[in-house]
Amino acid sequence: MAITQQDVEKVARLARLTVTAVEQETFAKQLTQILAHVETLERYDTTGIEPTATVMGQTNVFRDDCVRPSLSSEQALANAPEQEADGFVVPKILEER
Amino acid sequence: MSLHKLTLVELQKQFKAGEVTATEIVRAYFLRISHVESKVKALVTHAKESAFLQAETLDQKLKEWRKTKPLTGMPLAVKDNICTNGVRTTCSSRMLQDFIPPYDATVVAKLRAQEYILLGKTNLDEFAMGSSTENSAFGPSRNPWDLHRVPGGSSGGSAAAVAAEECVAALGSDTGGSIRQPAAFCGVVGLKPTYGRVSRYGLVAFASSLDQIGPITKDVSDAAFLLQAIAGHDPMDSTSVDRSVPDYMKALQKRDLKSLKVGVPVEFFAEGLDPDVERAVRAAIEELKSLGAEIREIRLPRTDAAVAVYYVIATAEASSNLARFDGVKFGFRAKETKDLLDLYMNTRQEGFGPEVKRRIMLGTYVLSAGYYDAYYGKAQAVRTLVCQDFDEAFQEVDLIVTPATPTPAFKLGEKSEDPLQMYLSDIFTISVNLAGLPAIALPCGVSREGLPIGLQLIGRAFEEETLLRAAHAYEQATPWHLKRPTIR
Ligand SMILES: NC(=O)CC[C@H](N)C(=O)O
Repeated sequence: MAITQQDVEKVARLARLTVTAVEQETFAKQLTQILAHVETLERYDTTGIEPTATVMGQTNVFRDDCVRPSLSSEQALANAPEQEADGFVVPKILEER
Repeated sequence: MSLHKLTLVELQKQFKAGEVTATEIVRAYFLRISHVESKVKALVTHAKESAFLQAETLDQKLKEWRKTKPLTGMPLAVKDNICTNGVRTTCSSRMLQDFIPPYDATVVAKLRAQEYILLGKTNLDEFAMGSSTENSAFGPSRNPWDLHRVPGGSSGGSAAAVAAEECVAALGSDTGGSIRQPAAFCGVVGLKPTYGRVSRYGLVAFASSLDQIGPITKDVSDAAFLLQAIAGHDPMDSTSVDRSVPDYMKALQKRDLKSLKVGVPVEFFAEGLDPDVERAVRAAIEELKSLGAEIREIRLPRTDAAVAVYYVIATAEASSNLARFDGVKFGFRAKETKDLLDLYMNTRQEGFGPEVKRRIMLGTYVLSAGYYDAYYGKAQAVRTLVCQDFDEAFQEVDLIVTPATPTPAFKLGEKSEDPLQMYLSDIFTISVNLAGLPAIALPCGVSREGLPIGLQLIGRAFEEETLLRAAHAYEQATPWHLKRPTIR
């Protein structure tokens, strides 16, 4: 299936990426090409075949719900691009009415 | 003999016998690095200061009480997508350019507990996405055998560093061949363990159902030695498997391959296989036969589906894993953004390189409403068929032998403009990850242009011992592992 520049724009937004006009064009071309290769999978009949998500067959692995040593808030914040008063700083989310 | 020429097992013996100090080792390696690194560019971060400090502390301690662990004083390099406490871990991405992990990956904690010495962090394709290291935000590494060629990827820095003897051994990660393909291109040994054999905790996630950490070394004994140090269950990685770890060095003792059935899949010897590679691999198969192995032709009919399946599953998982890079908690943040959405979008636009963006886009697309079944669901179903191929083959044989790559190392720039061609170069390594099996790449010849050629052995899940035993027997019967490049 041919990926259009509009498709690229839409997917980019879902993926939280801004793409430039030039990227839109190359991505549309390259993704079309890659998906064409992916579509060759259609020649395999998979009716009734269970999908494989993971090979070792683990399902949920739980641990006891108890407190364990963890990073201090100082350590956890050390790599933050912006921090203040023991928290991560982000742009304002709520608008005033 | 110069220290940097020794293998891990040899160096370890000398050290244990007190013939050389940790400081001497570190000095020898940084001297070597100063001679070749400007050409090879294998390292993203040099850990010179901390390495000397560690070495001095070790030497001091050993003066008082001479008790060593298997890796005491051993100079290793670690791929830069594996977290090292206090040492920058970049994934060769602008996104993590200044990221200093506050914790060690489990594999690193294990090495540290054994008193290894970290020489540096090695270059990779950004977030391990690529086959050449050309996708690194810090520039490509070079193949020590020919500086105009790629070392392979994504663990190209680790393979190049081992081949150029800038470290005695290294860790890499393998999602679709990233340990084995660069090992093959650089003429060294690369082992991808069974999925679940080695903890992934602290490995920056690319495709969680495929990723696995493993050793890149000068020979098979070293691979066994290093695997021993990192294998085992880890409660911090819910996909790691609780199963005892065998003695891998012991597995090497048996030198003949009698009663071992080795399968040769016809699909791996099809069109597109370089004639030099084919010749070398066929000769290697003859060698296995003369060591006593019984060679059988087998079929893995779904081999040609592997690349397509992989590029759906790996990108889908990556698009989800890489959602965490939002410019808030750690890593790069774009400047001057007007609101939160803008902050996310610009941070990701500026922080990720083109290949990573392409993968996130593809992954998001195949998971998006309306396409999920057609692409992601289909790929997961065909993945089952690929696994079935291996299951059936392993009822008949104990090991599978193939070329590790269709060609020797390609030139820098040769495939970088054509993502699909780059993807297809991984055709021989990818199916192994889809099935979670262990596999090893080891040198088996040299092309007419003087480039190394790699052999791949694939084993049953958790049968690393069989893999290592056969690889070792082959290696000991042939001269290839002794060849080192002249770097110029
Ligand atoms: N990390 C890897 O194993 C990478 C495999 C493959 N070359 C890719 O680009 O995804």
